[in-house]
Parts: sequence; C-alpha cells; structure tokens
Amino acid sequence: MEILFIIISVLTIIMALTAVIVKDRIVAVLAGGAAGLFASILFIIMAAPDVAMTEAAIGSGLTTFIFFFALRKIRSKDNG
Amino acid sequence: MVRKAFTLLMLIAVGMMLLGFVMNFTEKTALPEVSSHYIEKGPAELGSANIVTAVVVTYRGLDTLGEVTILFAAAAVVGLLNHLNRNESSIRREGSELLNTASTLLFPLIFLFGAYVFINGHLSPGGGFQGGAIIASGVVLTVLANPNRKIGHRVLSIIESLSGLIYVALGAAGALLIANGFLDNRIIPLGEFGSLFSAGIIPVIYSVIGLKVGSELSSVVITLNGETIEEDAK
Repeated sequence: MEILFIIISVLTIIMALTAVIVKDRIVAVLAGGAAGLFASILFIIMAAPDVAMTEAAIGSGLTTFIFFFALRKIRSKDNG
Repeated sequence: MVRKAFTLLMLIAVGMMLLGFVMNFTEKTALPEVSSHYIEKGPAELGSANIVTAVVVTYRGLDTLGEVTILFAAAAVVGLLNHLNRNESSIRREGSELLNTASTLLFPLIFLFGAYVFINGHLSPGGGFQGGAIIASGVVLTVLANPNRKIGHRVLSIIESLSGLIYVALGAAGALLIANGFLDNRIIPLGEFGSLFSAGIIPVIYSVIGLKVGSELSSVVITLNGETIEEDAK
C-alpha cells in the first residue's frame, strides 16, 4: 500500500507539473484532469471516500469538460 | 530581468513562510476536542451512520448553505456572461452513432446512480454534492452526443429555486419549531440507526442539495454549450 501510495503521489505531481509546463492547451487540460483523478485515488487510500467522489466527479470530470467548452469558445472567437 | 528577479524573490519569500510549517510539523496523535465530539457523540446525537454527512449537513450546515450559494452565484454569472455576448448559434456536428446509443442507454443509469448517492448520503460515502456532480456528468454526456438539442432552462431553474427554498425552509424549521438551532436535523424523529429513513431531516436536506447542485452544474454545462458561434475546425 505504501509503494502504491508513493507511485500515485509521484504521478499526481508529474501530471500537475505537465499541466503547468506543457504548451498545448488541450494536453494541459487533460493533464489537469488526470492529476485530479490520481488525487482522488490518493483520497481513497487515505480513507476519505467522500472527498474522493467529489474530486473524481468535479475535479477530474466536470472541470475538464468545462475547460474544453471554454477553449472552444475562445478558439472560435480567435478565428473570426 | 527585473521581473524574473522579482518572481524569484517572491518564491523565496513564500518558501520561507511555508518552511516554518514544515519544520514544526508533528503528527497529531489525538483528535482535537471538536472532532472527537463529532466522532463519539455524532451518531447518537444525529443518528447519521456517515459522520462526514452529519458534519456537512448539520454541525457545519451553515457552511454548506454558503457553498450552495457560491455555486448558485457561479452558475448565475456564467449565464449572465453568456447572455451578454450572445451570438447566433449554428449547427454543430452530431455525436457519433456509438456515443448516441451509449448516452441513451447510460443517461438514465447515471441519473439513477446520482440519485442513489444523494439519497443514501447519510448511510454511505457521498451525498448531495457528489450525487449532483454525477447527474451533471450524465448531462455532459447527453450534451456531447446531441450538441444541437435545445434543453429548456425553465425546468432546471424551477428545480433549482424550489430545492433552494426547501433547503432554507427546512433549516429555518429547525430553528423555529424545536429551537435547537438553524439547520438542526431533529425536527422529525431520528428513526432507526442505519436505515434509509433515519437521521431526521438529513436525507431530505441532502436530496434537496443534490437536486440543487445537479441542476446548477447542468445549467452551467448547457449554457456553455448552447451559445457556441461556429463549428470547431477540427
């Protein structure tokens, strides 16, 4: 369990850094969602299923889609 | 150059501030007084099998009311901004056959699961916010499958306002009827511990919160989808 915890923690940090560093917006949004998903697994390991459900549904699910909707709006504005 | 130096300076300053917390960190061996009260007395006082729910809905119910209000404000602002730069909507590409069929099949199940999560909030992990978010993710799926379908805001706003009204009315009933305070859950009998109809008014309040959160998040998604100007180039 300890090893799994460390692996997922490292993955969360990598995904979060990817979201900040990467230039492509879509990859950044997806990486942010993945960070949220890994964080929700961490919450389950730490015995906080209530927080994990919120994080999985809102942090990695809805937020990602709302970002995509917003990105599409921005892009269609840019093009004309 | 100056900007970079300034950024570095700020980072060092924040690091110094946080260093104190890291150096003085010691793992707690006992719960604080308030937490241990919640854990030891909570089930007996409020009859909720899930202590997290008891804290969220009753002990810290006012905070939850605040959170719901913030969510309402956010949904309202999204609607307002979208209304201000309204553009003629155009036809967008339909979802694929696969997505269409899957969403017709899955949407009722997702909806049902969301309802299950918030109705059982006092028994199992989850509750109003989680259930509402699950329902909204089901709405995202249908929106992705049928981007051109118009979904009426009227029903959503009626559900949203009604559940907000019921939430505040039930909270006020706790203060007025039995005088244990605002949002007290013991305005109806606590019932048998661990059964669906237990923990007083908590399941009702959490269901109402679930409906409210679900309709607010859904309306954010629908608003954002509804007013897109032109088809995505990709």
